[in-house]
Amino acid sequence: MTHPPQAPPQVPAPSHPPLPTQAAATAKAPRQAPTPARSTAWAEGVDRLRAAATTEPGRLRAIGAVLAALVLVFGAVTAWQTTSRADAADRVLNRSQPLSNDAAAIYRSLADANTAASSGFLAGGQEPAKVRERYQRDIDRASEKLATAASNAGSDASSAASVSQLNKLLPQYTALIERARANNRQGLPLGGAYLRYANDTMQTRMLPAAEKLYKAENERLTDDYGDAKPYPWLAIAFGVVALAALGWAQHRNYRRTNRVFNTGLVAATTAAAVALLWLLAGHTFARSGLNESYDRGVKSLNVLNDARISSLKARGNENLTLVSRGAETVLVGDATKDKFDVAYQRQMARLAGAKAGDEGLLGRAAELADDASGERPVAAAAKNVTEWKDRHKSARASDDSGDYEGALDKVIGAKSAEPTGESFDNVDAALDVALAHEQREFKRAAEDGKGAMTGLPVGAAVLAVVGAAAAVLGIGRRLSEYR
Amino acid sequence: MGGARTMRTRPGGTEQHGAGAHPRRGLAALRGWGGVASMALACLLATALILALPQLRGDNDPGKDGGSDAADRLTQAAPARADECQAPERSLRPATKDGPTIEKIKQRKVKKLVVGVDQNSYRWGYRDPNKGVGKLEGFDIDLAHEIAEKLLGDRDAVVFRAIPTNQRVPAIQSGQVDMVVRTMTVNCDRIKDVAFSTAYFETGQQVLAPKTSDITGYDDSLKGKKVCSAAGSTAETALKEKSFGADIRTTVPNQLDCLVRLQLGEVDAVVTDSALAAGQAAQDPTVELKGDKPFTTEYYGVAMKKDADDLVRRVNDVLDDFRKDKDGWRASYDRWLADDLGDSAGPPKPKYKD
Repeated sequence: MTHPPQAPPQVPAPSHPPLPTQAAATAKAPRQAPTPARSTAWAEGVDRLRAAATTEPGRLRAIGAVLAALVLVFGAVTAWQTTSRADAADRVLNRSQPLSNDAAAIYRSLADANTAASSGFLAGGQEPAKVRERYQRDIDRASEKLATAASNAGSDASSAASVSQLNKLLPQYTALIERARANNRQGLPLGGAYLRYANDTMQTRMLPAAEKLYKAENERLTDDYGDAKPYPWLAIAFGVVALAALGWAQHRNYRRTNRVFNTGLVAATTAAAVALLWLLAGHTFARSGLNESYDRGVKSLNVLNDARISSLKARGNENLTLVSRGAETVLVGDATKDKFDVAYQRQMARLAGAKAGDEGLLGRAAELADDASGERPVAAAAKNVTEWKDRHKSARASDDSGDYEGALDKVIGAKSAEPTGESFDNVDAALDVALAHEQREFKRAAEDGKGAMTGLPVGAAVLAVVGAAAAVLGIGRRLSEYR
Repeated sequence: MGGARTMRTRPGGTEQHGAGAHPRRGLAALRGWGGVASMALACLLATALILALPQLRGDNDPGKDGGSDAADRLTQAAPARADECQAPERSLRPATKDGPTIEKIKQRKVKKLVVGVDQNSYRWGYRDPNKGVGKLEGFDIDLAHEIAEKLLGDRDAVVFRAIPTNQRVPAIQSGQVDMVVRTMTVNCDRIKDVAFSTAYFETGQQVLAPKTSDITGYDDSLKGKKVCSAAGSTAETALKEKSFGADIRTTVPNQLDCLVRLQLGEVDAVVTDSALAAGQAAQDPTVELKGDKPFTTEYYGVAMKKDADDLVRRVNDVLDDFRKDKDGWRASYDRWLADDLGDSAGPPKPKYKD
């Protein structure tokens, strides 16, 4: 038992002197030196170390250690890299996308509250209960989402600044609206002046801050996608190296012993190969899930959110056209035009396109919608936008001919008057359905993506430990032949 | 209307704010003589008017008191321009014939008069949210209806366009409106750009501040205070010429927006026409007009396109009736303004330049 496999190395030794990972220089020189007699324990330890590099058992020990280390490092790097990616995927799913959604909701709620306030004003001293409820709901939602955003803004300075600005302005805004209402009820034109001031605060200070927050949150989402998606090259490289080393060790084993399989090494190789395949497959699936969640979810959500905000702004401006009655004008080319009607036209052009071939945000949303249940609400929204535009034209015609009451009826009137308000409500409802659908699409795809990485870090760690143990056992079996 | 120049002429004296800053027309040599001449003329006029003109309000004597007052305060008046702009409130003699401007209005597809008004001036042109949806009312609105009735035979043949203070002249020039009936002061600056009817109301600038404020009027008590005015208003011009060290950077689209700023504590005082300031005070019992009387005297007129002579004459004819008719001026005054402004001796007498 002491010798058999020892004879061959003497012959092929020069043929492959350098061990791939062991320092070749130290291995070369002391090879010829004979093992000295045993001496002190200390000296023995030193001698053993030296012998480790020169004798076959020593080499085997070194090889075993290196293989085990390689497999363990592969496992550790895999666990680390997949954990960070799984975390990022988790952030996409459970944090940054919901936050970006929240930011969109804040923006939308604020714009909607402003629109509701101007509708209420148009309706007269006692605003309709429905309008007041809508306003209240918007304000509630905005402040609730702002609280979430505040606790999540964390280290992001620009988000935090936007949130704190909005937190400061929201009570100011609602105070202005309340004053407007109080004066309005008394029949004083001061109410209208307060409404204008509130609208100005909303348009020039709050909505820009909300937009900034929305953009910052979207950037954070993009960053998290960026962190979740890249291939874990380092882990893959270690996996390949570990597999190559295991292969080499087995080849060496075969050359020296003529034994084809060493159970331990085979097991280690299998474990490492499974881990590597799992890593590759899991990540590829995760990546495709995330890509899908982005392409089918986030992209659509962004366009739909933009469309909804455009429709809200258009509606707000349509109301203000009647509130201000031409009180504010802008110069478009040579013509003086109503400031709010110009703003309405601009938002409608964004929403549905201004000229042939330009379908606007709704056109893009239709392109991005990838199934019937996504296309249906977008088509419904587009249809209602067309109707809205027609009705708006007729309302403007009434106003221009001096029939203010008629125009008012065609904007905020009862259903029988076919008001633009009805079309707007339909657009809003359709976009809401589309948004909910795309949100589900996003969630499903992102969950699939995140699910593909489930267990990968732990699995890789366990496989690495198993693999390392198997490699050590495999080498140990060979080593035991020298005892 | 961005220029900081204006000139107000009152029956009892000539006052010009900062015209001295615009010497482009002034012949330095003639200046002194022009001043003397204009003051002499103004004194004559004042004497005549004190006798002839019914006083609008007892406490608002536009005669020698106001005149000397203004002269003391506004010593920088540049008399050179007084030569060419005397009593800008003089208009064309009334006539009942329709000319090209009126014909054009009558030939419209929608035969309606487009009138620029305000919807924020309490008692003048405003929307009472508790009355009929979107209905405008007030003294100016009554007058606009009156003009529509006389011109087109239908009181309701009017399209009201709410226009901001600083868009009154551009709106007329661009043809966006046929006329502006919107507490618009007739002054030398504006008659260069638009034509005015005869005066239908007399007012003047006055300071409005909280009752508890230590501001006493248009005087040194304004020093260091934030004062608000409407962009493009005569108040803004007056403040730019003499601010008594006040911070006058806050200008807003409408005088009523000043009351919002005042209530929110963003400004300490408001300068606007006393007729409008009274409307503000009526909406907020914690503020009051400061000073015994307005520190200027101004007349409101209906503004029209510069070359629309036929329309101006026609409107002057309507105003003549409006002044005399007991359902006209007097009824509107009692209905809208008497509560805030007190009794009135009647409308200002029309003056003509031809």
